[in-house]
Amino acid sequence: MEPISHVAGRAIPFGRKNVDTDVIIPAHWLKTITREGLGKGAFEAVRKEPGNVFTDPECAGAPILIAGDNFGCGSSREHAAWALLDMGITCVIAPSFSDIFSGNAFKNGILTVALPQEAVDRLMEVAKTDPIDIDLETQSVTTPFQDRFTFEIDAFRKHCLLEGLDEVGLTMAQGDAISTHEAHARKELPFLARTFASVD
Amino acid sequence: MTTKPRTLYQKIWDAHVVDTRADGTCLIYIDRHLVHEVTSPQAFESLRAAGRPVRRPDLTLAVPDHNLPTTARKDAEGNILPIADSESATQLAALRRNAPEFGIRYIDSVDVEQGIVHVIGPEQGFSLPGATIVCGDSHTACHGGLGALAFGIGTSEVEHVLATQTLLLKQSKSMEVRVEGKLGPWVTPKDVILHIIGVIGTAGGTGYVIEYRGNVFEEMSVEGRLTVCNMSIEGGARAGLVAPDETTFEYLKGRPYTPVGEDWDKAVAWWKSLATDAGAKFDKSISIRAEDIQPTVTWGTSPEDTAPIGGAVPAPEDFADASKREAVKVSLDYMGLTPGTRLTDVEVENVFIGSCTNSRIEDIRAACEVLRGRHKADNVKWAIVVPGSGLVKAQAEAEGLDKIVIEAGLEWREPGCSACLAMNPDKVPPGERCASTSNRNFTGRQGPGSRTHLMSPAMAAAAAVTGRLTDVRELVG
Ligand code: SF4
Repeated sequence: MEPISHVAGRAIPFGRKNVDTDVIIPAHWLKTITREGLGKGAFEAVRKEPGNVFTDPECAGAPILIAGDNFGCGSSREHAAWALLDMGITCVIAPSFSDIFSGNAFKNGILTVALPQEAVDRLMEVAKTDPIDIDLETQSVTTPFQDRFTFEIDAFRKHCLLEGLDEVGLTMAQGDAISTHEAHARKELPFLARTFASVD
Repeated sequence: MTTKPRTLYQKIWDAHVVDTRADGTCLIYIDRHLVHEVTSPQAFESLRAAGRPVRRPDLTLAVPDHNLPTTARKDAEGNILPIADSESATQLAALRRNAPEFGIRYIDSVDVEQGIVHVIGPEQGFSLPGATIVCGDSHTACHGGLGALAFGIGTSEVEHVLATQTLLLKQSKSMEVRVEGKLGPWVTPKDVILHIIGVIGTAGGTGYVIEYRGNVFEEMSVEGRLTVCNMSIEGGARAGLVAPDETTFEYLKGRPYTPVGEDWDKAVAWWKSLATDAGAKFDKSISIRAEDIQPTVTWGTSPEDTAPIGGAVPAPEDFADASKREAVKVSLDYMGLTPGTRLTDVEVENVFIGSCTNSRIEDIRAACEVLRGRHKADNVKWAIVVPGSGLVKAQAEAEGLDKIVIEAGLEWREPGCSACLAMNPDKVPPGERCASTSNRNFTGRQGPGSRTHLMSPAMAAAAAVTGRLTDVRELVG
């Protein structure tokens, strides 16, 4: 996973509430076998709306997305996070997120920033014309107009994002504890510790 | 060691804790991992990119099921037929490539052991009581019917288990659902779980692991317990469990992956010790009288939208909660149903008997008991019976059940998920109804615009015969 300490650049002022994962990436994109390329399917239906922010040249390549309440609700598909990442988005700002989505975003190295509605409204304004700056170290969002909003983040998640640590890597570092458990299980629960495959 | 009375769930949990973090999150060891073609490709992709091996390929079993067509898989000469849908073919090919690359046992689409992950796990004896079992599919709770702690996971977690054989989890609360008394004739395990979900609601089990207790579950077959636990997720619970007992041991003995000899004896002794201790506390308890359960069907687009077959389609005003009233309005509109319509007046054009909820041998036997000597109604255009595995199919054929199905005018198919989620070509056409033995009646679940009524295999067979939702007791007597 890429470490992130700082995200700066244009933000897509989407602002919509209750964006479900089907809006982020429609179900017919789920039959893929890689994480790559899902950006093409991201917000597929919204992109067809006239004057939408996603096809606005101003927003091309923007690393930040601003949305309304309850972003990422609906099905738990992880493709939603992969699609955003494939679009080049590494930070989403919204008043609130669905738990499953924020978990999936974190696991894939996307920073989710929850801010009060007024702050989000102000950032939506700024995003139309100017860049936004998110600093994970100081947990703050700033604009070229002296705005400064601070946000909360779980200390463990912050550490992982800053260091680019993924959960798999972290658990692999506990390999000894896992081996100890396995050795204990081989003795105490031998019938679970292996399979008795007479079939092969 | 604690001497406090513990629940079955607590005992399994305690035996699998590798590490506990300050915030209460535990690293839990996973004993068995089932892998299918839909939720695994990106997990393997990540492992490959990071150069990470699978930690315990010997505790992992891969099988294709979701995308496979249920029509013939070989031509007359025995050549394997290609898969028409290119995206399905790609996912299936990825699993066939990934499993051997990572040293994982793989059952191929044309092997007799192939089947739906949740059918083959117990059938192969790969799933065991007291084990922690995961799979990238939300109906993994099914294996709880053997007394295993089993739950569905997402693709990142599939990768985590492949690489580390563990998962980071917070312990759930515990809930007991007690059903006691005597079930009436033709009231099956499917009716029991549909009734339970109707009582607790789809959020009733959120945050809980359910233990199903009481004489009804004690007297139930393993197949029936698997059906009940399968739908725990539809009641919001992460997992469902039935304590392992003699019925369980009898079922497991001699299956391909089941322990043998001394290991078997040790296993049985441990499994017996897992039963919830007298005096153990549950965070929530529900009690239901078996006599109150009728053959049950769903009328809406949520699994909690249940009614006894003798009932009628409800009106939005029948519900106290404003948001539920709104949801009922939307769902009746989608289902094309008018409040007050008797359920037995609702016509169906399609019948699906299958899915990991109801595709085991007992389910097919129950359907055939109804189909024997009868024929499907003319208005039923499409009716398929899809066994859960190649072994179920072979067993059914040995009992002559395939003939009963075919003579009744239904199709006898190859094993797979099929019309449960319509990822393969088996779809219910838009606007049409399906009497289905699967587990989800969500909007579009069986194909865009499809209208699903969930029920037991006997009830689905009865619907095939009459062409409308039917009380099997009246048809068969
Ligand atoms: S039959 Fe349906 S619920 Fe069961 S594993 Fe297949 S898709 Fe999932």
